[in-house]
Amino acid sequence: MIRAVLIAWLAAGAAHAQEAPLVADVSENLVAITTGFTGKEVLLFGATDGPGDIAIVVKGPARDITVRKKGRVGPLWVNRDEVTFRDVPSFYRIASSRPLEEFAPPNLLSRFQIGTGNIRLEPAGETELAPEALAEYRTALVRLKTGQRLYDEGLGAVNTTSNRLFRTRILFPSNVPTGTYFVEVYLFRNGTVAAAEIVPFNISKIGFGAEVYDFAHNFAAIYGLLAIALAVGAGWAASAAFRRT
Amino acid sequence: MQIYLPIAEISVNVFLILGMGGAVGLLSGMFGVGGGFLITPMLVFLGVPPPVAVGTGANEIVATSVSSVITQLRRGNVDLRMGTVLTVGGFIGSAVGVWLFSLLKAVGQIDLVIGLCYVIFLSIIGGLMGWESMPGEIRRRLGAAPPTAQTRGPGRHTWIHGLPFKMRFHKSKLYISAIMPLALGFVVGILAAIMGVGGGFIMVPAMIYILGMPTQVAIGTSLFQIIFVTATTTFLQATVNQTVDVVLAILLLIGGVVGAQLGTRIAAKMQSERLRLLLALLVLGMAVQLAADLVIRPAELFSFTGAAK
Repeated sequence: MIRAVLIAWLAAGAAHAQEAPLVADVSENLVAITTGFTGKEVLLFGATDGPGDIAIVVKGPARDITVRKKGRVGPLWVNRDEVTFRDVPSFYRIASSRPLEEFAPPNLLSRFQIGTGNIRLEPAGETELAPEALAEYRTALVRLKTGQRLYDEGLGAVNTTSNRLFRTRILFPSNVPTGTYFVEVYLFRNGTVAAAEIVPFNISKIGFGAEVYDFAHNFAAIYGLLAIALAVGAGWAASAAFRRT
Repeated sequence: MQIYLPIAEISVNVFLILGMGGAVGLLSGMFGVGGGFLITPMLVFLGVPPPVAVGTGANEIVATSVSSVITQLRRGNVDLRMGTVLTVGGFIGSAVGVWLFSLLKAVGQIDLVIGLCYVIFLSIIGGLMGWESMPGEIRRRLGAAPPTAQTRGPGRHTWIHGLPFKMRFHKSKLYISAIMPLALGFVVGILAAIMGVGGGFIMVPAMIYILGMPTQVAIGTSLFQIIFVTATTTFLQATVNQTVDVVLAILLLIGGVVGAQLGTRIAAKMQSERLRLLLALLVLGMAVQLAADLVIRPAELFSFTGAAK
């Protein structure tokens, strides 16, 4: 849905100007999670056809997420109520050239889901919860994701040069989910979105780790047997070594 | 040095995991416990998802049990017939346990069940060990009888001996119904699957006090059947839930094997009663901590789980 809106914006923008008013790209189209992966910084850069403000939204692959709330049952605190939100970005970051409220009206921030408070979290199916209770689940999800460094409520800085060039760094922590990411770049002028651009890129496991993961999922039975064989072999080797000493 | 765990999907410090495996191996070597009940909570504390901690913990115990059982076999302390009956019960128990595990995971109560299991069984093992390792003098003053032939050893006749399907177990010096060891294996199999433990700490006392087996044979036979139960658990967790991380298991193994060797050497030089009392206090402390987590209002009431599409 959001992409359809963006395409419409782009089409409208293209009609006004011959040249693309906004171009952007990332330093790496594939972030590889190798065995030594401890996180990665990706450079996003681009150019505009004149002055304006830049807002950037980075979204990880969408997931259905179930949020549970603990309640008291007898003396114990157990999970009692739950809400499943549909198509929640697994990762979320924003950055801009100036504080958002200085150049972007709230309705546009909401429409383009700029800011953790504007992420659209729709419950899957019917829910019996009151809107206030649902809001509590939404803020809890953002809080938990922020705690895991998968969301960041803070605003990253976009550096601009001569009103033409811009760049920013996006830091992905080591627990980053794998899949296709989208960087949405918005050019704001006079309180409206003058141009927008989407840059996709991939984060995926590469090499040994990826092979282990794929093997564990595609050949689960063989993987299980190998894990056991490995343990038996190690145990036998240990006892053999122990006997000699 | 960091290493990315492909199934747990986090990156951990290699030396921390090696050290953890080593510490648990050390305790295992010193006190003769499997250590699964320590490794799973420690992994969860590090940020490993609980299902992965359980599956990988089971995989690690396969290795430690194999290494111990070879030594026990050499000493003639393994009752293979008893072990086989227990293992059959254990297979059924593991299958039920893994099924129960994925059911509870879907309902969202797996953390509660794992937590409760830990509190109950850590209290039992801690209490039993503490009691057993307390100096005899204190125990007598507390008014308890020392363990005698009445409470253990062959020759005791109870309702257990009235059950059908009797079998003769030579090494254990027993002629009892196969139903008891089958049921015991079944219960331990379920626990192994849910908690990622071998279950030796329940199995050994049950074999001595309920079945009436000699202590040395109980320990050897328990280790023997734990291999099969944890191997089954590993296989089922790998196929049903895909929660066995071999990279993590290998790191734990290396530390565990070295630690166990050191542990047995240290234990040989120390007073064993005092050692067991220390472990009992450690285990009871963990039980109290986990119980407090369940009873005290948590700082964060919310949690989430996400499914890839």
